[in-house]
Amino acid sequence: MKRIIEKVIESLLTISGATTGIVILLIVVFLFREGVGFFSHSDIESGYVLCVNGKNPVDRLTPEQIKRIFDYEIDNWSLAGGNDEAIEPFRMNDLSDYYSDEELGENYEFVPEKLGEIIGGTPGIIAFIPEQYVPGKSEEVKVLSGNKLKPADFFGGENWMPTATPAPQFGLLPLLTGTLWVGLCAILIALPLGLGVAIYLGELANEKIRNLLKPTIELLAGIPSVVYGFFGLVVLVPFIQKAFNLPVGETAFAGSLVLAIMALPTIITVAEDAIRNTPQTMREASLGLGANHWQTIYRVVIPYSISGISAAVVLGIGRAIGETMAVLMVTGNAAVIPRSLFEPVRTIPATIAAELGEAPHGGAHYSALFVLGCILFLITVIISISAELISKKQHQAQ
Amino acid sequence: MKKLFFIAAILVSSLTAVQAQKIKGSDTTLPLSQKEAEDYMNAHPSATVTVTGGGSGVGISALIEGTTDIAQSSRRIKFEEKQKIQEAGNALKEVVIAYDALAIVVHPDNKVTNLTREQLEGIFSGKITNWKEVGGADLKIVPYSRETSSGTYEFFKESVLKNKNYLSGIMSMPATGAIVQSVGQTKGAIGYIGLAYLSKDVKAVHVSYDRGKTFTAPSVKAAKDGTYPIVRPLYYYYVAKNEKQVKPFIDYVLSTKGQKTVSEIGFIPSL
Repeated sequence: MKRIIEKVIESLLTISGATTGIVILLIVVFLFREGVGFFSHSDIESGYVLCVNGKNPVDRLTPEQIKRIFDYEIDNWSLAGGNDEAIEPFRMNDLSDYYSDEELGENYEFVPEKLGEIIGGTPGIIAFIPEQYVPGKSEEVKVLSGNKLKPADFFGGENWMPTATPAPQFGLLPLLTGTLWVGLCAILIALPLGLGVAIYLGELANEKIRNLLKPTIELLAGIPSVVYGFFGLVVLVPFIQKAFNLPVGETAFAGSLVLAIMALPTIITVAEDAIRNTPQTMREASLGLGANHWQTIYRVVIPYSISGISAAVVLGIGRAIGETMAVLMVTGNAAVIPRSLFEPVRTIPATIAAELGEAPHGGAHYSALFVLGCILFLITVIISISAELISKKQHQAQ
Repeated sequence: MKKLFFIAAILVSSLTAVQAQKIKGSDTTLPLSQKEAEDYMNAHPSATVTVTGGGSGVGISALIEGTTDIAQSSRRIKFEEKQKIQEAGNALKEVVIAYDALAIVVHPDNKVTNLTREQLEGIFSGKITNWKEVGGADLKIVPYSRETSSGTYEFFKESVLKNKNYLSGIMSMPATGAIVQSVGQTKGAIGYIGLAYLSKDVKAVHVSYDRGKTFTAPSVKAAKDGTYPIVRPLYYYYVAKNEKQVKPFIDYVLSTKGQKTVSEIGFIPSL
């Protein structure tokens, strides 16, 4: 009987291990499967086309050009490779300025015909219209062929405007640099502080202080991130704004500070555990050889616990790069490439959190957010692999 | 035994008389619909009205799929959405249940009190970057916007920017409350919020849509008589074949009592 129970427990443990592995794998597969579809989307909003007058020589426009045309920044076809003619952007809503609802028919059956009239009659027009209303084959209307979204535009793009019509702008650079910038600065603040506290707790503090300080720090990890965000927005942001005399307080620096505070408990607990796991005999041997306390910490304890410390660093960075809510609240979320610490930034997790709920399921915007998720995943994979390698090397050197 | 029978009879009658209807959509109209539904159910114990949020787009697509009876929306239904309902062989009905005015707010210390639509367009599209260009102090303008997913974002873009895009580096905040907080503590800030969110921490500017001839301060009265320009209607959409089922509730919302609730919530009555 006892043997059977043991067997059952053993197989249960195996199953739970296997399930966890499979679930993790499935999540990764899901992430990449949703993301990979991104580059098969058209660069114009799906279901729509751009039409120009049949005599217009322009055949192709980049997403950037389309956006600037509809923002009235490019106002002449000669700037987009055409004739010297003023550009007249036309949207479907403008149709009611030309024709009444009766003229368009009860079920909009006359819309293609009327659109044909407008486009044919206006030499400089560029019309953004639903696909099903494209006027029938005629000399006077030319449909601009849409392109597939290009990886170069995505990875090298400097604008993130996923809901811009007619041509959404998916530029990764501002988001990627924003994420790395905030994460890097957070870890630069948190690491020395966290290690210092860990060494103090593990080596210097007496039992009383330790018993008080450690639970307090662990309590920090239990505070919901949105509370950190709120604290950041109401306390840190105005403080930073006044202290540095900035036009805005919602900056990368505010984000880094909040993230540093949030990463601290992780770094401290993991590093301190590693330090305390150093065998007492090693410490005693070191002290016995005549090394003082500081030399023992520096030459024996830290090298011995380096793999635990690098694990702390990785977990800290992981927390900083993946954190969503607190960053969403304090960094201002402006999608611009950061040039200093005191500018607003938009991070990848904040972008996903803010936009996924409303992005049309299966559309280009939706897939783009999954690509962002893949990139975030790759960043953390790279960080943990490199930390693994570093700690291995250290152990070999010993 | 008699008692049991009595209870069973009540249960059966209430089940048959039940008027269940679902309302789904905009988070802006959510508190209003909830309050109206509560009052309506108190007055008509046999009726059940379920209200859920999710966003205007979510509500309208639920209406297209037939999973909701009423779609509440803070923006007008889009051309292609209307199209989809017609393709399914349904006729769409639209009711304006209330209006919401958007106030343009700046930091209380800001000396600028009047802005035209053209100036606002310049500020939010990034062509005007310093307050001295619109008659204020020599201070950088920091425009705040809502997240791209919000109906308020879309409406502001349509009404004030005339469908042009926001500047690419605009600060985007996850909630209206966050805009009030940020504008209140940032000297050069400007943002837009629903009238109900106006507080003493921010200052509302007077807006002109006629190139500076008349400037109007946002207020319920000005929005109601049409002198304040940045006003958006809040809609209920339903399909004609459900009219019988949804009409009693919509009539209640549009009644004097229902519209009183509209004012209490902070919107402008549609009557």
